[in-house]
Amino acid sequence: MKKILISLLLLVSTVSFAQIKNLPNVDVKKIDGSSFNFKNIDNNGDPIVISFWATWCKPCTKELNNIAEVYEDWQDETNVKLVAVSIDDRRSQSKVAPYVNSSGWEYEIYIDPNSDLKRAMGVSTVPHTFLLDKDKQIIWQHRGYVEGDEYELFDEILKL
Amino acid sequence: MKKLFLIALLFSSYCYAQEGEIHGDFQLNLQSYKDDARIGAIAPDEIILNNSFFNLMYSKGNFSTGVRYESYLNALLDYDSEFQGNSIAYRYATYSLNNLDVTVGNYYEQFGSGLVFRTYENKGLGVDNAMDGVRIKYNILNSIDIKSFIGTSRTYLEYSDGIVRGIDFETNLFELLALEKSTNLILGSSFVSRFQKDNNPKFNLPQNVGVYGLRSNLISGNFNYYLEYVHKYNDPAGSIADNSNNYATGNAIKTSLTYFQKGLGFSFDAHRVDNMEFRSERQQSKEYIINYIPTLSKQHSYTLLAFYPCATQSNGEIGFQSDLYYKFDRGTIFGGQYGTKININYSRVLALDGGSSLKNDSIDFTPVFLGSSNELFYSDLNLELVKKINSKLRVNSTIAFQKYNKDVLEGKLPGEYGIVESTIGVIDATYKLKRKHTLRAELQALLTDDDDGSWSMALVEYTMSPNWFFAVQDLYNFGNDDQKNHYFNFNFGYIKGSNRIEIGYGKKRAGIFCVGGVCKEVPSSNGFSLNISSSF
Repeated sequence: MKKILISLLLLVSTVSFAQIKNLPNVDVKKIDGSSFNFKNIDNNGDPIVISFWATWCKPCTKELNNIAEVYEDWQDETNVKLVAVSIDDRRSQSKVAPYVNSSGWEYEIYIDPNSDLKRAMGVSTVPHTFLLDKDKQIIWQHRGYVEGDEYELFDEILKL
Repeated sequence: MKKLFLIALLFSSYCYAQEGEIHGDFQLNLQSYKDDARIGAIAPDEIILNNSFFNLMYSKGNFSTGVRYESYLNALLDYDSEFQGNSIAYRYATYSLNNLDVTVGNYYEQFGSGLVFRTYENKGLGVDNAMDGVRIKYNILNSIDIKSFIGTSRTYLEYSDGIVRGIDFETNLFELLALEKSTNLILGSSFVSRFQKDNNPKFNLPQNVGVYGLRSNLISGNFNYYLEYVHKYNDPAGSIADNSNNYATGNAIKTSLTYFQKGLGFSFDAHRVDNMEFRSERQQSKEYIINYIPTLSKQHSYTLLAFYPCATQSNGEIGFQSDLYYKFDRGTIFGGQYGTKININYSRVLALDGGSSLKNDSIDFTPVFLGSSNELFYSDLNLELVKKINSKLRVNSTIAFQKYNKDVLEGKLPGEYGIVESTIGVIDATYKLKRKHTLRAELQALLTDDDDGSWSMALVEYTMSPNWFFAVQDLYNFGNDDQKNHYFNFNFGYIKGSNRIEIGYGKKRAGIFCVGGVCKEVPSSNGFSLNISSSF
């Protein structure tokens, strides 16, 4: 066990240390039931925000509702696109589309049915928000949501 | 071992040359305990317990590999004590090339809704039944997905005796036949089987137990219809003392319908389950369960709404739940200045008419197909209103009427507790003091004459975006004539980017704690907690 650990440490130390930058090669579902490789999300060189959420998660829906109020302004100013990835499992998955539509969200919605994407991106709890630059490199991330966090996110988008 | 070193070195220099990417996440959960006779909390000998996880992943192009180091020294009281010690409990390597995807080591997988097969992890609940073995996924003609696997399932820090193998096909028929694009018809079928040697001298137990499933999903415009049927071949538990041991088969049917348009959403889910627990071993023990029957009730996030949570009875139940979401536009009577959102949810789950096949000795017994008995397991009618009052104040309010069959849902003796009938009200108000400073208060009440009587809860939270939060809360069992206990809690935390540190102090009540449709019983406790989580 110790030796495995040491080997692992060696592995880590030899590779240049970096935060997650690239989107993982993982399939998610679209609302229409079709599969989609998450690596292929795109916004023509403009910034992308990825938000992990669930219908049962209050801070998540708060964050997405608050951003929805200013989303048009954000888009006008920066062409940013928000991609909301639901981690709802089969218990609440059928509520995702009704919830999104009744809330009037204009986001691109994906479902991560067995948390494969969530694991690959190191998300342990929701909400968890990522910001991608024009090269689709992850340059910022934030865990959790409290009121007003969207201002910090928008400041980061403006820096791009 | 020297070889391992060499391989690691070679590998790491290879990685370096290729400029792959290393990332992962870390979680530490420390909790201290002290005795508290009033709430029945008993401190463990260790005083301090720890659960920690460290995920390390390396990816480069189409290749990725990863390990998870888990440390239970010793496991927190709300975890099973079988989690003990340190372990690299999860490691995998995977690559994808030309529509072929190969994974060796550990993997999580789900077929359809999970009725046939699902392995997953939930650190909050202490559930992790990852498979260890080989999985292959292949896509033919860009429209048929084939997934197959073989392996053993994780049970705490070890693996099951049973070997599980499975295959799943899924295709989008309209895409396959190049028909119109606005409609999708997705058809799927799966077969999963378990092998375990029959060591029982008295009974002739099947060594191979199979489960198959058929499913269809029609999505057209704003409609979505889903139907799945699964069947389990006879799977006697293998213990002769158990009176529920028989050779009955199992089955389940699940259906859902959803409709949505801007400002309106509707969903309906129903299922009928008979003897449909599928395990990686014959033994009837929860750590071997490798399928998932989604619970038919709303997953509440407020404490008192989730006080008496529904849990699926995989031995036999029939039920439905339905949701209506609607947004009253701004400027209308109910909408006011900013609009109002409502969600009405109703769920009702009952026993099967005639009982579960599992509980009947006759091999040929089948309960009535459609029809339920009068025995209620759970019902919940709730209405949630989300309203923005002005630019500073927002209010969420919920009222719920719940019925909870404590005997069945908590596995007590019939008639021991009966049905807990409660009315619950929640008001959650958020007030913006300054641009990034917010005060939030929750008031909750659960009124009942049953079980421990009525409860109330109050919470005040102050947040300073993006870094700080403070919260105090008190849960009070005011309706209990024997002991009117208070459960006071204080939490504060610091968040910076993907790092989060939280310190808490307080009392936790013993009860049923559910996340993601799975429940566990947690003992009462009193003490400090430290939680650190971080991603890199």
